Amino acid sequence: MSDKLINATNLKKSFDQFIAVDNIDLSVSRGEVVGFLGPNGAGKSTTMKMLTGFLEPDNGEIFINNINLKSDPLKAKEYIGYLPEGAPSYSDMIVADFLSFIGKMRGLNNNSLSNRLEEMANQINLKEMWNRPIETLSKGFKRRVGIAQALIHDPDILILDEPTDGLDPNQKHEMRNLIKRISTNKAIVISTHILEEVEAVCSRAVIISNGKLLANDTPKNLENKFLNKNTLSIKVSNKINNVISKEIKSLLKYDDVKIQKTDMSTHTILVSDNKKVPNLNTVLKQINKLKLDVIEANFQKVSLEEIFRKITSDNNSK
Amino acid sequence: MNDYLNKTYIILDRELKGYFRTPLASIFLLVFLALSSGMTFFLGRFFERDQADLTAFFSWHPWLFLVLMPAIGMRLWAEERRSGTIELLITLPVTNTQLVVGKFLASWIFTLIALILTMPIWITVNYLGEPDNHVILISYFGSWLMAGAFLALTSCLSALTKNQVIAFIISSISGFVLIMAGFNLVLSAVRSWSPNWITETISSMSFLSHFSRIQMGVFDLSTLVFFISMIILCLWINVQLVQVKKAD
Repeated sequence: MSDKLINATNLKKSFDQFIAVDNIDLSVSRGEVVGFLGPNGAGKSTTMKMLTGFLEPDNGEIFINNINLKSDPLKAKEYIGYLPEGAPSYSDMIVADFLSFIGKMRGLNNNSLSNRLEEMANQINLKEMWNRPIETLSKGFKRRVGIAQALIHDPDILILDEPTDGLDPNQKHEMRNLIKRISTNKAIVISTHILEEVEAVCSRAVIISNGKLLANDTPKNLENKFLNKNTLSIKVSNKINNVISKEIKSLLKYDDVKIQKTDMSTHTILVSDNKKVPNLNTVLKQINKLKLDVIEANFQKVSLEEIFRKITSDNNSK
Repeated sequence: MNDYLNKTYIILDRELKGYFRTPLASIFLLVFLALSSGMTFFLGRFFERDQADLTAFFSWHPWLFLVLMPAIGMRLWAEERRSGTIELLITLPVTNTQLVVGKFLASWIFTLIALILTMPIWITVNYLGEPDNHVILISYFGSWLMAGAFLALTSCLSALTKNQVIAFIISSISGFVLIMAGFNLVLSAVRSWSPNWITETISSMSFLSHFSRIQMGVFDLSTLVFFISMIILCLWINVQLVQVKKAD
């Protein structure tokens, strides 16, 4: 018995000649929020569709709470709440009827259904829209209805395909807070191509491109792994003309020294070397000799976005 | 078993109420009642025939259903696929068979409601004369069975496409073929060159041949088996099509 709520191995799925998912392994434990990252068409949605039992993988196995999804799909599906891409719903139904329909299909009896409906109305702020047809709701509310239907049976596993897509910044913030709030006792997988989302809510980031899994680590570890330690950035509050620029370059014995104008009164000196990491103290001493006023000095930090671009573009060029 | 039926009922319930959530139900019922009475009284010459029966009413049903059943059933799967809600349905803990049967039953019950609303014609004929109510009852049941076969065919074909209009057209054309199979014109053309058993087989596939017998008050087992097996076959293909086409 494994304590993983989702345990998928060697997942593969092709559509005709196109390989959408190529040997992906993924496991998620309770309490984890996994951010599924990848460019459009990378295979995120296909993987999620396989995890929820919508698509059957060509190869590989999926265990949901230790139940084989292929051999006992009905039992396995009971543990999953799923928000498909675009949050589809029956637009002619009113919110209350739609959620009640999903709740009943999820096997809730009348008592627990009415309790859960009330909880959803409060927890996901749907009260004011409760008796409105879904087609008259704004995109933000439609997404909330989508989340509510995924949560109605209080599932152990939550799979959300682009839950914040198309929402305004406030709604995105709200949605992320909601995911954080409910994440403590669930295994959650969210797909997104917004990197700040992963940084904000995920305990682990999985990057896929062209159907292949390229990285699977915490956002922090990914940053550390790809932190560009060879580039030292020093900001000075002086104007640097060509003469000083030449002096700096001759003083600093590194492969690559660049000087960039940051704004009207400050310049940034970027020092990098292919063979060795520039020494902060040595560089600062040399710069002091030129009587430059250093206001900031650090190794350049790369954002998750740059890591993502680097990993996925490396993969594309292969 | 209880849970199995319960979930099929929940699907049925949602689907049936769905007809009444939009103006579709009232428009359909109005058109059905207007056309069926219009055809009975004007095309069927109900009064001129001077006979206390409902032949003038029932004989138009195959043609009426040819257009109206695809109109009821075209959305069953095409709409689920277009809107993406098929993904919600299939990831619920239910089988495709439960989904297909639940949806089909909803449309079939809706047709039953439409047929029940034509009862005033039955009352009229009883008021004017002394019809054989036994034949009328059998004809109503036969008409409902035939509607079921048309609906099962439409439901099955609507799983092929995301476009309701295409679902409507292919269902009407297929229904037309199944009606024409019993037409004398077609049968005599086939009879001229083929052995008798082929003609018999084609004729036995026809909605029209089976329904004509029912209208005369002859309700034999073969007719019941024909319509029921037609429904089961179409729904079985429907389940397979949902499985194959769901992610297209």
